[in-house]
Amino acid sequence: MTQRSRSHDAPPKKTDMAVMLPVKRKAHDPFRLKLTPWHGVFLALVCIFTTSYGYATTAPEVDSIRTVMLRWMPLLLEGFLFNILISILSMAVGTAVGTMLGLAQISLMPPIRHSSWFVTQFFRNAPWLVLLFFAMYLLPFEFTIAGVTIPFPDWIKAIIGLSLPVMANVSEIVRGAVLSLPSGQWEAAESLAYTRRQTLWLIILPQCVKRMLPPWMNLYSILTMATVLASIVGVSEVMTLAGRVLAAEDGRTDLLAPLYSFVLFLFFVYCYPIARWTVYLESKFAVKG
Amino acid sequence: MELVYEWFRELYQTTGINLPFIYDSYDRGRLIDGFLTTVELSLICLFFSVVIGIIGAWLQGSSFTWTRRIVNGYIQLFRNTPPLVQLYFFYFAIGSMLPRVETEWGGQAPMLGSFAWAVISLSFFAGAFNVEIFRSGIEAVPKSTVEAAESLGFSRFQIYRDVTLPLAIRVVLPSLNNNLVNLVKTTTLAYAIAVPEMLYESAQIWSDNVNVPEMMIFLLIAYFVLVGILVWGMNRWERALKIPGFGS
Repeated sequence: MTQRSRSHDAPPKKTDMAVMLPVKRKAHDPFRLKLTPWHGVFLALVCIFTTSYGYATTAPEVDSIRTVMLRWMPLLLEGFLFNILISILSMAVGTAVGTMLGLAQISLMPPIRHSSWFVTQFFRNAPWLVLLFFAMYLLPFEFTIAGVTIPFPDWIKAIIGLSLPVMANVSEIVRGAVLSLPSGQWEAAESLAYTRRQTLWLIILPQCVKRMLPPWMNLYSILTMATVLASIVGVSEVMTLAGRVLAAEDGRTDLLAPLYSFVLFLFFVYCYPIARWTVYLESKFAVKG
Repeated sequence: MELVYEWFRELYQTTGINLPFIYDSYDRGRLIDGFLTTVELSLICLFFSVVIGIIGAWLQGSSFTWTRRIVNGYIQLFRNTPPLVQLYFFYFAIGSMLPRVETEWGGQAPMLGSFAWAVISLSFFAGAFNVEIFRSGIEAVPKSTVEAAESLGFSRFQIYRDVTLPLAIRVVLPSLNNNLVNLVKTTTLAYAIAVPEMLYESAQIWSDNVNVPEMMIFLLIAYFVLVGILVWGMNRWERALKIPGFGS
């Protein structure tokens, strides 16, 4: 290939040799499924048609699936709001404790570093459901401090149980973000006579926030989806309520599919935008290379 | 062995630490069954989720718009909804629509049991993530390699099987590793539809013996060990497949 014809190639390639390219995160948007309002209309139509079909096949004296769904929808939405509340609170607790743990993982003192590493790995490798059981059964149902009894309801225990794995994951995110910064930042701060604490708070952590945001949001959406686990241990969130709705309707089996689809739909509507946004932020913050 | 059992019985009497799954033969059998079920469930789901990932990634490279759209829809649907609700949906909603079959004793039974539904649901859940993972690996394979294979007369399937995939697998092993660890942890969800896996059997034991703390700590350690074995194996595999001069 001559020099001349080379210059016509629009983006000049560095080499013609076959080399493994680095993994591209966003070359093709993995969220190519671009939802428009039209898709919402389509989904609604599908719901209406399937429920009408269900109506046509049920006996006339029972309520149609559509009426039943409409009757219970406010209750289910309320339950879903409770899910979101649980997810936000456990995310807050998990992030606060997890950041501490993550910073302890990069501590200069070996005992602190090693013990926090162990705690992180332990909670990261344990199944969420087991941790939730752990919190549910091993925490007391009330505290008595100085004669004052503070009740400790199930849902607070669920928040604690869910924040344990969040804590461990946040810890890893913080550690990864700090380690991903070029060591020149540390050295530059040191040469400007910053103390270690100042370096961390003023130089390292502000830069980390941007790097931590996409994985943190990803974790949040995983946590939101994990809040339904609380139904197994008896917190009355959306899944428990769906079960109760079913019982209230005499356990009609034709209600199963619409009810569970509705719960799936609620979570999809909540988590899909978060996922899209995460991908957007990832591509925005990505270092152009 | 009897001595060990005796020692744990003694431990219970003196300290109150009750570990019936060691000294009681019935509880021991239950827990071993549960452990084996967890391992079996994990292995079957691992296999099917990887198969779904490989096939899905292949379909995503298809030239038909609708094939790609369906695969993308599947991925987004399964990634953004709770696995537990998916499991319920499969087991209760779809399971109740399937015809019932007659058992050998003349009774009626659902066509697929809870174990089968757990396998299906969890495989699809983990598979959705695996498709994305494999796709990112396939994109990392240089175009010129594929072109070279094309010029040698390989068909599209042959290129995928013999050229792209072997290279892609090496790139994606770390993230695949992560997802498979998640899958093993997600198998605990099968508890919700009464698959007799480790968490389920432990719950049975702690409701019989009222020894929740001991069983909890045992469970945490057991899963820690299981995940540890998987990570260790995957890391070894990763090292064995390493391409010289690529990666750190």
